[in-house]
Amino acid sequence: MSDGPVILEMKSITKEFPGVRALDDVTMTVRRGEIHAICGENGAGKSTLMKVLSGVHPHGTYEGTILLDGQDVHFANIRASEHAGIAIIHQELALIPELSVTENLFIGGNEVATRGVIDWVEARRRAIELLARVGLEIDPDTAIKNLGVGQQQLVEIAKALAKDVKLLILDEPTSALNEDDADNLLDILRSLRSKGLTSILISHKLNEIAAIADAITIIRDGKTVETLSVADGTVTEDRMIRGMVGRTLESRFPHHTPHIGEPFFEVRDWVVEHPQIPGRLVAKHSSFYVRQGEIVGFAGLMGAGRTELARSIFGRSYGTWLGGEILIDGQPVSIPSVPAAIAHGIAYVPEDRKTLGLNLLDSIKDTIVSAGIARICRRGVIDLEAEDAAAERYRTAMRIKAASIDVGVSTLSGGNQQKVVLSKWMFTEPRLAILDEPTRGIDVGAKYEIYGLINELADQGKGVIMISSELPELLGVCDRIYTVFEGQITGEADARTATQESLMRQMTDTATANPTTTVTR
Amino acid sequence: MKAIRQIFGGNLRQYGMSFALILLLIFFQWRTHGIMLTATNAQNILNGYSYVLILAIGMLFVIITGQIDLAPGSVAAVVGICVALSIKNWGFPWWAGVLFGLLVGIAIGAWQGAWLAFVGVPGFITTLAGQMLFRGLDQYIGKAASVPVPKEIRYIGNGYLPEWGPNTGLNNSTLLLGVLALVAIVALEIRRRARTLKAHGTAVPLWAMVARLAVMTVALGYLTYLFGSGRYGTSFPVTGVILVVLVLIYNFIATRTTIGRGVYAVGGNRAAAALTGINTKKVYFLAMANMSFLAAVAAIMYVGRSTATGPSDGVGWELDAIAAVFIGGAAVSGGVGTVIGSLIGGLVMAILNNGMYLVGVGADLSQMIRGLVLLVAVAFDLYNKTQGRPSITGTLLRGLHIRERGEATGMERPRAGVAQS
Repeated sequence: MSDGPVILEMKSITKEFPGVRALDDVTMTVRRGEIHAICGENGAGKSTLMKVLSGVHPHGTYEGTILLDGQDVHFANIRASEHAGIAIIHQELALIPELSVTENLFIGGNEVATRGVIDWVEARRRAIELLARVGLEIDPDTAIKNLGVGQQQLVEIAKALAKDVKLLILDEPTSALNEDDADNLLDILRSLRSKGLTSILISHKLNEIAAIADAITIIRDGKTVETLSVADGTVTEDRMIRGMVGRTLESRFPHHTPHIGEPFFEVRDWVVEHPQIPGRLVAKHSSFYVRQGEIVGFAGLMGAGRTELARSIFGRSYGTWLGGEILIDGQPVSIPSVPAAIAHGIAYVPEDRKTLGLNLLDSIKDTIVSAGIARICRRGVIDLEAEDAAAERYRTAMRIKAASIDVGVSTLSGGNQQKVVLSKWMFTEPRLAILDEPTRGIDVGAKYEIYGLINELADQGKGVIMISSELPELLGVCDRIYTVFEGQITGEADARTATQESLMRQMTDTATANPTTTVTR
Repeated sequence: MKAIRQIFGGNLRQYGMSFALILLLIFFQWRTHGIMLTATNAQNILNGYSYVLILAIGMLFVIITGQIDLAPGSVAAVVGICVALSIKNWGFPWWAGVLFGLLVGIAIGAWQGAWLAFVGVPGFITTLAGQMLFRGLDQYIGKAASVPVPKEIRYIGNGYLPEWGPNTGLNNSTLLLGVLALVAIVALEIRRRARTLKAHGTAVPLWAMVARLAVMTVALGYLTYLFGSGRYGTSFPVTGVILVVLVLIYNFIATRTTIGRGVYAVGGNRAAAALTGINTKKVYFLAMANMSFLAAVAAIMYVGRSTATGPSDGVGWELDAIAAVFIGGAAVSGGVGTVIGSLIGGLVMAILNNGMYLVGVGADLSQMIRGLVLLVAVAFDLYNKTQGRPSITGTLLRGLHIRERGEATGMERPRAGVAQS
């Protein structure tokens, strides 16, 4: 199948965002009727590439050419790419829960409308037809909200088929599915392939890719590394991992000699349920500990449950706590709220600075004191001089580049914003700092500074938990690394001896993970 | 401009509105041949609009949290009837009636706050329901009758400070207030400068401080003269004293207390506030409870001024308060707004209303003009904010913005209405 005519060629695609080159001369060729997988680490540029292809980043905002069926195409928006027969299915489903399957399938209405009036009888007839093509035996009048996630995913595919799609792009289609649903989805993709549909599959699950893909393009740091043809029979998961992580560890990390003390923070048998989906566990009997002065890494792919675990520990600010205990200095403690977590010396720097870490209306000063405001208060009244002094102290210590502490945080660069958020939490004088993707979206120079600040925290005897999707970063900064897969801690490794390959295996390996994803309460 | 900023501090937005306020005063002073700025008219404006300005203070906090309260008019009606009936029929002394009214206000506020904070019903719905519920309750209790209130309550709504001491040509109480205010301002200014110098090593130049104090002295002197020079027995009104005290208290709460910071934090980014350890439910609850408390204060002043309750007390008050807050620079998306701004916004509306009445513009036309002023003021605000800060358009566009998965590059995705500079 890998020798069919070329349907899509992306040539020398380069896409820059302010300060960052997300895609650098990426080239990719997809043949008609194949399932073409794209793999790479988080942040490698997979989704950006697909956004370029589907017109989310319109023509003119990138360099390079896209040839679809040999035609040079210039998509101005998503509608234009849909019109040309490209459909993209995102991780977050775009279905409207309250509407029926039929209504969702023909949400734009154009396929079944005459002069803007929708023929619902025809729509329903075609809905039944489409559902049969994706192997769904459901009443087309069912509301989407009554379907399971796996079924919803299939409805999305049916919706794409309704538009006479030529090229179907699936972004992590199985990440939210259990194993049976995922297998079913892959079967449907195979059967659609046998009917001539071309698909591009983005997935972190390498076993899936090995099982289904005809060709694999590997992207790393915004560049195409290689395209492998599965027909050669040489593609193993190890082969893919080598392609994905194969960069060198240059001097990107400041030198640090750890001074590790006694364990002081321990989590035992921690169980947390998803806040909206009863029965789905985001943390499955997780146990781990942190020592004084130690930097502990949490490695895992996106959606593995690292953030969920961290936030549930931070005052149960995510999900429903079902069991497990936290021990500080060997004593069990109850931490049911964020203020309690702060009082127990825990700080959490969230992964998404702009939506969870900052109030973008605030100044640097207001932000820095916001979490530890009780420290500069007397009976609820803020001491403005103490506030200024504290903010100035952190601006200097954290090397925040800004004209003054009264500058709005929205005007700062990503790196400086992150330093402000770090300052905000250092001001609470925590014993344990949980840093969730602390270097996401900031440039290399600022990353180096953040690593240095993390080392300083550890040298002060604090425990640090660092969550990251970038394995080199974890290996370069941490002392010890836990791997997380589907809500479960699948391994623990000494950072001095671990390799990216060994970690990646534990982060993706289903064999070590507990197959049951549900519990009865 | 830089010099003005050095003298007054603050932001362009507030200058804009203060400037508009002064222009309005001058315009109407000219059109009314000097009636606008007479002691009697100034006293009338305060007596007639203080209650709206007080509502605007409460509404400001609700709006900063990103909510809205549609019920204060109805709440005020219930409080008014409770105060009047408790004194007239149940034999409460006047002060007990006032206290009872304030408690009723707080209780209603707690009711509305609880639905918003603990059940999660949006403020718009909670208070729309409250508007109907309490309007009905008012009519049920009051049987649509008019109940008179005693002279002490009337004093609160329409009274003046006493005359005493030597004949200075002015009301001596007003004169005393003016002098006290001037002393307080000078003392605070000097103290602030000293503290800033100590903390930063630099402060506004001395000439700027002196210039600022000079401007304030002139303004304060004029106001003292304006209010104190009325006919014998009149002064700066009691309603004005209540207003000034509340403005000072609430401005302090907004700028200097943890609860004030909490209100801005919840409105600016609720999720981030929760992860910062702010009790978001408490903030919502308090903002709502406080609104109804201030509605109770406003109600007592209003029934005092009208000397009796009536079935249509409070109708439409919430809209005046909301208009004042938005003219005063608050953002629909929450997180932005000041007590002083809302006060100025309310005064702009009050002076427009009063001025047009004096000029003889009919209520119909006057209403249309005030509607346009609200529209233009907020549009002007939007225009100013296109470079940065969140605005109404930002809020609207945020709903349209396609949510993207932030996986690709960790790139900073522009969020509508938020500065990207």
